[in-house]
Amino acid sequence: MTEQLREFVDKLKGGNPNWIMEVVEGHGEVTVVTPRESIAEACAFLKNEQGFDMLADLCGADRGPEEDPRFEVNYHLFSTKHHKRLRLKVLLSEDDPHVETVTTLWRTADWHERETYDMFGVIFDGHPDLRRILLPSDFDGHALRKDYPLRGYEPYSMN
Amino acid sequence: MSTAVENIPGVEVLDESLESQMTLSMGPQHPSTHGVLRLDLRLDGELVIKAIPDIGYLHTGMEKLFEYKKYQQGIVITDRMDYLNPLGNNLAYVMAAEKLLDLEIPERAQVIRVLMCELQRIASHMVWLGTHALDIGAMSVFFYCFRQREKILNLIEAASGGRMTPSYFRIGGLMMDLPAGFERRCNQFMADFPEAMNTFETLVTGNTIWQSRTMGIGVISAEDAIDWGLTGPCLRGSGVDLDLRRDNPYTGYETYDFEIPVEQDCDVWARFRVRMRECYESYKIVRQALDRLRPGPIKADAPKVVLPDRDDMRKHMDSLIHHFLIVAEGFNIPPGEVYMPIEASKGELGVYMKSNGGPKPDRVHFRGPSFVNLSALPVMSEGEMVADVVAIIGSLDIVLGEIDR
Repeated sequence: MTEQLREFVDKLKGGNPNWIMEVVEGHGEVTVVTPRESIAEACAFLKNEQGFDMLADLCGADRGPEEDPRFEVNYHLFSTKHHKRLRLKVLLSEDDPHVETVTTLWRTADWHERETYDMFGVIFDGHPDLRRILLPSDFDGHALRKDYPLRGYEPYSMN
Repeated sequence: MSTAVENIPGVEVLDESLESQMTLSMGPQHPSTHGVLRLDLRLDGELVIKAIPDIGYLHTGMEKLFEYKKYQQGIVITDRMDYLNPLGNNLAYVMAAEKLLDLEIPERAQVIRVLMCELQRIASHMVWLGTHALDIGAMSVFFYCFRQREKILNLIEAASGGRMTPSYFRIGGLMMDLPAGFERRCNQFMADFPEAMNTFETLVTGNTIWQSRTMGIGVISAEDAIDWGLTGPCLRGSGVDLDLRRDNPYTGYETYDFEIPVEQDCDVWARFRVRMRECYESYKIVRQALDRLRPGPIKADAPKVVLPDRDDMRKHMDSLIHHFLIVAEGFNIPPGEVYMPIEASKGELGVYMKSNGGPKPDRVHFRGPSFVNLSALPVMSEGEMVADVVAIIGSLDIVLGEIDR
């Protein structure tokens, strides 16, 4: 499994070596850490040239307020043709949590990116309609950040 | 949250002078939205021009809660996500943890997992068929479907103690073995089920009203379906031959003999046919799993992760210590991250789990099939009639507990 995934990583390197910062393998999965400027290009290359035609999932993660870069955005790519999966990862700092949108490549990214924005405050530049999706529009803060308390700051009222 | 359509960016305000146009807020208490889903419908007469789903009414912060619970405590939360397919959620969650731990699961536990998951899939499809038919106006189908579902829930209750919230799968195996007489009861259900499927086919499939309400409605092409990330029966109803049980096999699905139903019509009817045919395939898998049940261990050989049997605890000191440590402190999972996709009854259910080495996960994310499938609702429903939106929602088979998490 990992052998074939390595081939995709080599091809990605062939496309542009600057797209790859780090390659992590583990549990039969391969993660490619990509600079945030080139995530859309790398995704477009994998989608158009390597058959990764479906974005299975996109989710954020918070490493904690003391870490830099603090936020991760994980792109789980899947192919409906060769059924392989590849994870791309973008690391973002707290001061500048901007990353280019991939809604132009996969429209399914729309809700995933809205959810990541809602929960972590990651801003996807170029997203057509970036607003909260699960939490109310007047909610204060981003609930899945590590420094956000489990029970919130005060009882939330719907007024 | 309740924003008027005019205030939503990207929605052009149509000519207000046209008296035929209106905005209809459908839900969140509307019975055919299958929970608390709200739709902002921009209508021209009865024609839907724009549909905007509004979700989040059932948001309970489950992904946040996972980070504060030990790995084994998280299983209980997963029951409450897709409450029509709780065993599927259990399976995805425990398999993600098992992947991080590199655990080997014994044969009997694998077979029971497949058996229970396929029973659950039939139960989930029974609810789908019943409510879908109810939405379109066929009331009696609902009762026949729920009768079959109740039999399956009784089986699940016999095995786990819970009807809707089984938490039957544990990291490293099962909560407990199947009770005495389970196979007999399961065989009883299996003997009656084909007859019930005949009833459904007679009630629904050949019904001309049903056909005219579903054929050619809510069309989404294969290309669009992949672009929108549809999975499961919704994708297979658009002619894409993809099923993770075959294509990314897990729990030994590659050793079972079953077919993947695919329909080419891309409409509500096609998704209906796919699910109906899936019931027969699940039936076949349950049969094979029942034949494969052999005595054997149901828990992995990992004393630091899997709770020992009660009997061992009374006899062995080390079992007692392990039990105490697992319950009081939990077990550590080495740092790493995995994405574990399974084919749930509604599509690809993926669990992204990240560990930082402690007894609690650093991040757990559920990629719910309902969440993604619902996001494609506007494409399917724009240009259709209001009444057809109800049929399309039914054909997507959404569960709001999983969408809002």
